[in-house]
Amino acid sequence: MTQFLSSLPGAVAQGIIWGIMAIGVFITFKILDIPDLTVDGSFSTGGAVLVTTVTAGLNVWAALLLAFAAGCAAGFVTGTFHTKFGIPAILAGILTQLALYSINLRILGGLANMPLSYRNFSLLLSLSDIPRALIVGGLFAVVVIALLYWFFGTEVGHALRATGCNQMMARANGVNTNITKMAGIVISNGIVALAGALLAQYQGFTDINMGRGAIVIGLAAVIIGEVLFSRIFHNFALRLLSAVIGGVVYYCVITLVLRLGLNANDLKLLTALVVAVFLGIPYWQRQFTGGKVKIDPSAQGGDANA
Amino acid sequence: MLEIRDLYKVFNAGTVNEKMALSGLNLTLEDSDFVTVIGGNGAGKSTMLNMISGVFPSDAGKILLDDIDITNMREHRRAKYLGRVFQDPMMGTAATMSIEENLAMAFRRTRRRGLAWGVKHDEKQRYREVVASLGLGLEDRMTTKVGLLSGGQRQAITLLMATLQKPKLLLLDEHTAALDPKTAAKVLELTETFIQKEKLTTLMITHNMKDALRLGNRIIMMHNGRIIFEAAGEEKEKLTVADLLKMFEKASGGEFANDRMLLT
Repeated sequence: MTQFLSSLPGAVAQGIIWGIMAIGVFITFKILDIPDLTVDGSFSTGGAVLVTTVTAGLNVWAALLLAFAAGCAAGFVTGTFHTKFGIPAILAGILTQLALYSINLRILGGLANMPLSYRNFSLLLSLSDIPRALIVGGLFAVVVIALLYWFFGTEVGHALRATGCNQMMARANGVNTNITKMAGIVISNGIVALAGALLAQYQGFTDINMGRGAIVIGLAAVIIGEVLFSRIFHNFALRLLSAVIGGVVYYCVITLVLRLGLNANDLKLLTALVVAVFLGIPYWQRQFTGGKVKIDPSAQGGDANA
Repeated sequence: MLEIRDLYKVFNAGTVNEKMALSGLNLTLEDSDFVTVIGGNGAGKSTMLNMISGVFPSDAGKILLDDIDITNMREHRRAKYLGRVFQDPMMGTAATMSIEENLAMAFRRTRRRGLAWGVKHDEKQRYREVVASLGLGLEDRMTTKVGLLSGGQRQAITLLMATLQKPKLLLLDEHTAALDPKTAAKVLELTETFIQKEKLTTLMITHNMKDALRLGNRIIMMHNGRIIFEAAGEEKEKLTVADLLKMFEKASGGEFANDRMLLT
């Protein structure tokens, strides 16, 4: 137990970083209603860009900005596949994710992983100084939440929310839904890459497989946050915060079950099952209560059109 | 003024399910015309509205709105000219957004969106007033998510949204069909008030022939993708439901194609 408690601060720090990634997932999954699988690739992209550019001598802030931009670019590709090629969003994300594997390898100069020691470079956070990592991670989370809170309160932000909720309504009110979807996917992946860049600094290396399963961890964080706080957090900023807390809870639970003796190799299996069950709960609730079924906004009203 | 010239639309062209939804439709609406549209299932009524609002592209023909050619204009671009209310009360509003946010979306239909606040402070009071004019008591629930409202309330809000910026043309696609009779009557009453107050040019599809006769200054009957009968002014006033049914029977080859028309 003391071992668990002593590893808790590290779990929280890591949870905050994954929680920032979960905010990116929140934008696509919750606001746009698009499960975007690009994040598995763009999370690694963020780490790869940061490590290579910092190693090459770039300032860490500039490197973070580049990582963010690289994530945005990845999102732009998925958005283009989806809105210009007409590829279903899930498949578009899978295609980009696959392509990013090659691109990430190129960024890393063909290496599967690359070290980045806090001893040789001035980094923002590192697991060697966990209190500092907690503060830096927390500040990043707060700034990202504040910026998104502002953005989703603007006219463009409203257009994005309307697109995710009811595309027919959005278009009838003059919204180009292709552009709003694109914008949402771009911003989401930018944030995910930023989180990847933070994690690379924290753990002191980046790995080509760093983002594998990121979407599932992101969903887990979003869902845990929702289960815990949906009754008390209604404000948009608080809902984003609940995703970050969801990430923290997720990492604390993972740390606990590992301490309790779970084989680390079985971790992804466990995560996937937990997320599947939580995604199933609202569906089962509807089945039992016979409650309202969500009406597909793309369905046509009136007479048969064909 | 709306002008539809020789409009054609074929669904599933080249397959066994090929369906000529509009075949050479011609229709002109003068400013502040209120036209009711009737016809059986598959007559092309909804297709006509969807063509005007740009949901699908047309195969041939032209649509002009105040001399602007909107035939090939993208749906979100022509949205600034049009007010739309759909049959499904869920379709016209965003359920996860509040009443005032929905109205703010509609208010910005005619302009480019930027990074200014989505609902400005001074707008809120204005929206409160227009919502109060519905007489549904919703003005005290301006920050309530629209998804929590009833179908009738949502349809009333949609109507408000469609007319918040005066549209060149109001399109109503059986917008009371999914409501219970009492709510339907209330929404229809609101519709009439809005149209009269702003002198809106309106196309209203309905399956209720009494409503089709009672409302508006013109009536058109569609069959197989074109207009087979129309009446305006006094001629329309004199029409009865029995006349319409007879006409419909003749057009559809002696049989009623649509049970719903009998029920009205």
